[in-house]
Amino acid sequence: MVTFFFYVFGALAIGAALGLVLSKSPVASLLFMTVTLFAISGTFVLMGAHFLAAIQVIVYAGAIMVLFLFVIMLLNLGHDYRQDLKGGGFAVISFLVVGAMAGLLATQLGGPAASGPAGAGEQAIQAAVAQYGAVGAIARPLYTTYVVPFEITGILLLVAVVGAVVLAKKHVA
Amino acid sequence: MTTEALALSAILFVIGTFGVLVRRNAIIMFLCIELQLNAVNIAFVAFSNLFGIEGQLFVFFVMTVAAAEAAVGLAIIISIFRHYESVDVDNFNLLKW
Repeated sequence: MVTFFFYVFGALAIGAALGLVLSKSPVASLLFMTVTLFAISGTFVLMGAHFLAAIQVIVYAGAIMVLFLFVIMLLNLGHDYRQDLKGGGFAVISFLVVGAMAGLLATQLGGPAASGPAGAGEQAIQAAVAQYGAVGAIARPLYTTYVVPFEITGILLLVAVVGAVVLAKKHVA
Repeated sequence: MTTEALALSAILFVIGTFGVLVRRNAIIMFLCIELQLNAVNIAFVAFSNLFGIEGQLFVFFVMTVAAAEAAVGLAIIISIFRHYESVDVDNFNLLKW
């Protein structure tokens, strides 16, 4: 049952991702991207990462996509239905690059990376979730072992906010 | 489940790369980069089921960096749009030889 739903969400994600790349209207692309994000959130749930699934919907589908939509509205690009796929030699080079990358990933899929200690991490995560809850299982290592990267992330967000304001504001004199 | 998740991750990453390469609209290219980040997140979650909770922590950090990147990148796009009245990357040819 879980595998069946995984295939459903995976097909939805891939189809919407193709729609994102191929649709002419920027707004349609953005809504396809939102569908992809929801489908990815579904796969997170099926893989047992419930907190990340919630964060995915709230932060990505909720906040970041609204930011993109707002910029499209602000720049009035919603009526831009021109076909803007690059053609000619560049498309051929793109196909070669993408094909090489797909082949490389396909050979790596059956490699040793995918055959770790079977279910060891899953058992540890389930034990942590049973003891501390879905949020606590992530929060405890985040605030103990990985507290320095966490604080640096806070500084990064502050710099990003200041940078966004400075970049987007009109230069007066 | 791990193999399927890695396959999904690889397919979405390749689609995202293709989008970055062939689209001209800077905002759509940016969306495709976000798609690539999400594809990597799927792989991280799949590996966390093998190796422990650290994979999910990395997804958390990737999402934070993606949010910061979206804010700064869209600000840059707005700033460029003010100058060129366009988000078509073919028009941004000042650094082209």
